[in-house]
Amino acid sequence: MTTTPSRPAVEIRDLHKSFGALKVLKGIDFEVGQGEVVCVIGPSGSGKSTLLRCVDLLEEPTAGKIWVNGVEMTDPDVEIDAVRRGIGMVFQSFNLFPHLTVLNNLTIAQRRVLRRGRAEAERIARANLERVGLTDKADAFPAQLSGGQQQRAAIARSLSMEPKLMLFDEPTSALDPELVGDVLTVMRKLAEDGMTMMVVTHEMAFARDVADRVVFMDGGVVVEQGPPQDVLGAPKHERTRAFLSRVLDPTHVAQLGQPEQSPAPPQAAGLPADDRHNL
Amino acid sequence: MKLRRRQRERLSLGLQYLVFIAIIATVLVAADWDRLADAFFRVDIIKSMFPTIITVALRNTVLYTLGAFAFGLVFGTILALMRLSRVAPYRWVATAYIELFRGLPALLVLFLVGYGIPIAFPEREIPGGVFGSIAIGLGLTAAAYMAETIRAGIQAVPKGQMEAARTLGMSHFTAMRTIVIPQAFRIVIPPLTNELILLTKDSSLAYVLGVTAQTIEITKFGRDMLNDRVNATPLLVAGLAYLVITLPLSQVVRRLELRYAKAR
Repeated sequence: MTTTPSRPAVEIRDLHKSFGALKVLKGIDFEVGQGEVVCVIGPSGSGKSTLLRCVDLLEEPTAGKIWVNGVEMTDPDVEIDAVRRGIGMVFQSFNLFPHLTVLNNLTIAQRRVLRRGRAEAERIARANLERVGLTDKADAFPAQLSGGQQQRAAIARSLSMEPKLMLFDEPTSALDPELVGDVLTVMRKLAEDGMTMMVVTHEMAFARDVADRVVFMDGGVVVEQGPPQDVLGAPKHERTRAFLSRVLDPTHVAQLGQPEQSPAPPQAAGLPADDRHNL
Repeated sequence: MKLRRRQRERLSLGLQYLVFIAIIATVLVAADWDRLADAFFRVDIIKSMFPTIITVALRNTVLYTLGAFAFGLVFGTILALMRLSRVAPYRWVATAYIELFRGLPALLVLFLVGYGIPIAFPEREIPGGVFGSIAIGLGLTAAAYMAETIRAGIQAVPKGQMEAARTLGMSHFTAMRTIVIPQAFRIVIPPLTNELILLTKDSSLAYVLGVTAQTIEITKFGRDMLNDRVNATPLLVAGLAYLVITLPLSQVVRRLELRYAKAR
């Protein structure tokens, strides 16, 4: 173990992120403890996905500092490839490599990055496929899998690198409703096994049942956070209450005559346009 | 009398067939078949062209084409990566090269490589002799076209692929090489095949470099035979020889595309 056990898995201090003139994150202070499962919720455009992508440095923060397992990600000289080996990332659109079989999706980074031999990499890959219930799909290509199977394969791909921290960016938002359960089950099992997880999600039931802590974001700031029963059950802030009522009871809100605050749009609408190969 | 819709359709179709048959019949009757056969299909001349047209001419055409294609593919990929580089001067150089060589006739470039360079550097020789000169001369032009195709292919790979590879700890270079470029090439197989077919035909330009009996390719061979026999049959045979290359090529590519379709 190279990490200092006393340091949290993720530490974020006064994080700002702008895209041009658009300020997406306006001063985030945030931590994820070792072994903790944190769910980040909030309306579309609240900056929750950007926050998650900053942790893995897929987005370059405009200001502020981020540490992952004690390593400062925002240090310009950070060995980013080395740090990312310890961080798993699961995308909304899966991003499996379509030209490789499922098994090779799981072995390619093990072999190219960790320099594992073929036999060892395949052994670890198959163990992780079993973990997500896809033992029989090892030789299939991603296009031959359902969305739920693809996402589980993507989770297994991340796990094959044996990360200490898993980041999930709306992992079930691109899935048909009946396929969401399988993916959430895999994630719940992962949480029970003690994995440190940061999950951006719209699945309130998952947040309530699995998260150690729920963070509500709106307008680029953390509005409130705490145990799920507090944030989801007895929210202190008006904005949290408004969001939860829109998500949990969308038809009712519409009747109150607030069409401009329409309920969180169906999540599939947020799919980036460049994902056509995966869908 | 007013025709109903189906009757009108049948009538129209019937007329079109009639015109077609009339034209074919006119050609069949009017053409002087004996003279045509004598000019284009002299069996003795066809026989005399074998086996040289296969063992030498067709073989050389294929070699020149593959040489130019390989050179163009490697160089074109490098140019494409330069076009996408973060280093601005690389982008400038690649853009300038592509614009320049797309604007020059392949024949002129071939002259430059075959005669210009030997005049400028008489003490050095282009490796591979005629083969090397043709591969480079045609490859330089092909690279400019292929670079743009490959660049488009790389950009057509979704951004999420690079992101996923990077989050697994791959360097930009490794991600490019193992994830992005293999997918880009699947995307550009059809346009690259076009380039290969164009090169097959452009290899006929080799004659300007003064090919010998050993380095002769299909078109020059056909033309030499034409002069020798004062008969057009060799041109027909040469034309068929090109089809022997290009038609199976289209088939192979169709197969490749089908195979890759399931891994897309």
